[in-house]
Amino acid sequence: MSIIYFLIGCSLFLATCFLGAFFWAQKTGQNDDLHTPSMRILLDDNDELPDEK
Amino acid sequence: LEQLHRINPAVIYCRVDFLKKQLNIRFDHHKLSLQQLVELLYDIGYEPVISLQDIIKKQNLVNKDRLVSKIAVAGFCFGNVMLFSFPEYLGISSFEHSFQYFFGLINLIICIPVVFYSGRGYFISAWNNLKNKTLNIDFPLALGIAVLFIRTAVEVLTKTGAGFADTLCGLVFFLLIGKFVQKKTYHHISFERDYRSFFPVAVHIVNDGVEKPIALGQLQTNQRIIIRHNEIIPADAILLKGDALIDFSFVTGESVLVNKTLGEIIYAGGRQTGEAIELEVIKPVSQSYLTQLWNNEAFTRKQDNRMQTFNEKVSKYFTVVLLIIAIASLCFWLPVDVSKGFAAFTAVLIVACPCALALSTPFTMSAALSIFDKNRFYLKNAAVVEQLARINTIVFDKTGTITTDEGNNVKFEGRMSAEQAMLVYSACINSIHPLSRLICRFLGKRERLPVADYKEVPGQGILARINGHKLRLGSGKFVFNQFDKSINSTQVYVIIDDVYLGYFIFSHHYRDGMEEVSELENFYQLYLLSGDHDHERTELRQFFPGADRMRFQQSPQDKLDFIQSLQQTDAKVMMVGDGLNDSGALKQSDLGVAVTDDVNNFSPGSDAILDGTSFSRLPDFLKFSKDTIKIIHFSFLISLTYNLTGLSYAVTGNLSPLTAAILMPLSTVTIISFTSIATHVAGKKRKLI
Repeated sequence: MSIIYFLIGCSLFLATCFLGAFFWAQKTGQNDDLHTPSMRILLDDNDELPDEK
Repeated sequence: LEQLHRINPAVIYCRVDFLKKQLNIRFDHHKLSLQQLVELLYDIGYEPVISLQDIIKKQNLVNKDRLVSKIAVAGFCFGNVMLFSFPEYLGISSFEHSFQYFFGLINLIICIPVVFYSGRGYFISAWNNLKNKTLNIDFPLALGIAVLFIRTAVEVLTKTGAGFADTLCGLVFFLLIGKFVQKKTYHHISFERDYRSFFPVAVHIVNDGVEKPIALGQLQTNQRIIIRHNEIIPADAILLKGDALIDFSFVTGESVLVNKTLGEIIYAGGRQTGEAIELEVIKPVSQSYLTQLWNNEAFTRKQDNRMQTFNEKVSKYFTVVLLIIAIASLCFWLPVDVSKGFAAFTAVLIVACPCALALSTPFTMSAALSIFDKNRFYLKNAAVVEQLARINTIVFDKTGTITTDEGNNVKFEGRMSAEQAMLVYSACINSIHPLSRLICRFLGKRERLPVADYKEVPGQGILARINGHKLRLGSGKFVFNQFDKSINSTQVYVIIDDVYLGYFIFSHHYRDGMEEVSELENFYQLYLLSGDHDHERTELRQFFPGADRMRFQQSPQDKLDFIQSLQQTDAKVMMVGDGLNDSGALKQSDLGVAVTDDVNNFSPGSDAILDGTSFSRLPDFLKFSKDTIKIIHFSFLISLTYNLTGLSYAVTGNLSPLTAAILMPLSTVTIISFTSIATHVAGKKRKLI
């Protein structure tokens, strides 16, 4: 049953990665505006969009 | 807007935020000046709002407390701790006992960020409470969190038990959710506007015949300014040149355009209509008649918690009782069994932790807020709902609040030839009385005949001799020497050469639903404050029948003082206003409501913004707010029941982690669902959904 120690370690590590990803998204402002992107898809982009950053 | 780079390559990056109605632009300022950018935006039809007051920065500051991150951490830990607590609850066989300690240890480690990162705010708030010698709900919460953590740590490290790690994480998680729900922000509405967002950013000054724009902040006394059609006069000034016809409705509440003669002082905030005028500034912008209102202490005082909320009142007693029970059970067990004494003491603090109580208000209020929101009544925050329920006096502004822009309708009952109309016009044009002005406007521009003999009796009528004709215009009393009290509208009778021609009738247009609103008189004290003259007194009496309920010709300062005097008689005052002249009263009142016909337009700083179309629903809003308070009271009873159940276990010192782990989320879920459903039902009952 000692495999459980390893499995728990893996699960915690994975979960922490997701938490970290969420923090990153939050910090870079990806959750600041949840409304506009849904409308932006309706815009025509006949030439390539400028780089975001 | 996001294609700006195609129109002008100097624009590098463009992002629109629809809800906030904002545009973020990055551009090369070597190739494109800020002015050119603004002109570009103007050309494509999106004129930016240029304002002295930085509302956007203020709005962005609000969301800086990292609540979402705290919830994420608490939620993450809650989920994991639950997982590691299950083996304990389901029973671990004796040969797997090494796991028990391992799981306990992991739980303890996971709890650390919950307590010290997510729960930090509660400790800080509790500490501030102690310093100020007050007790609010954060104190027992912080105590509960601390006790849960310490007991868990002790039990795990001494291998005496599993601890309450999942209860702890769940508690913090739910509490933070409650906090999050309470924080609704309207991105497109600002509640913090003052005169700076109403006034222009710059003004044109004339220096030796040369005209140049300067920023409003640099405007000094004795400078000459030019104000064009539809521009706002930014500072008190003397009229030097031009025909000033000024709309003061926003500033003084006076609904009729005011004609100013050369050399007269014009107060800041008026809007010029007509040709360009030249003025000499006599007072700096911040010292003007209107703007000095913002120097009043009502504006420097902290806005929050003008009324003690139910939660604050209850939690004081709650905390005291909780501590008494906890210490009593400690004292009871101590002589018998020391460890049991501490077990009982900590168990009481854990189980009575007022989680459900702390959640009942935010969930009820946020549900209420969204119902108000659907009816176009936008509240600044959830606490305003509770304040709304405790109002007992309502003060209305007149112009713009209960009257609308369509304002006055003039009709002439009777027959009048074109020549006679010209006579009436020529007489009325000499008078500055609002009714005379309305008659002139109604008759349209006509030839102005020379007046031979002119006499005006203030507030009554005009006697004039024009082209040999004798004119007699005015009230029934003035014209016929008799007064019919039954008439409910303003009428001006016309007699030319002793022949009665008919009368002008002025029907005032009040907001739809004014009848319903005036029925509030049965439950509330209604007052009317107007900056206008009292020529509508008779019409308004039907809405404000009580004695001494209407006050006219009130300056902005008078309005503020009146609210203050009401408050000194223990009235909880709601001020309903719309203009800058109401700003002081809105701020001074216990609840300021700004009425506006377009929420995107300027509205003065207030606690709530009411769309003009929903004005008639005001009585329903007030009733509904009282319902929500009842819901909060009831959910308090529910949470007390849970606490008492838990306490009966706790005082015996036999609280198992499983009981706590079931009781806490169960009470939380009950409260959340009860408040949401009950608020919904109450909203249905008041026909708000």
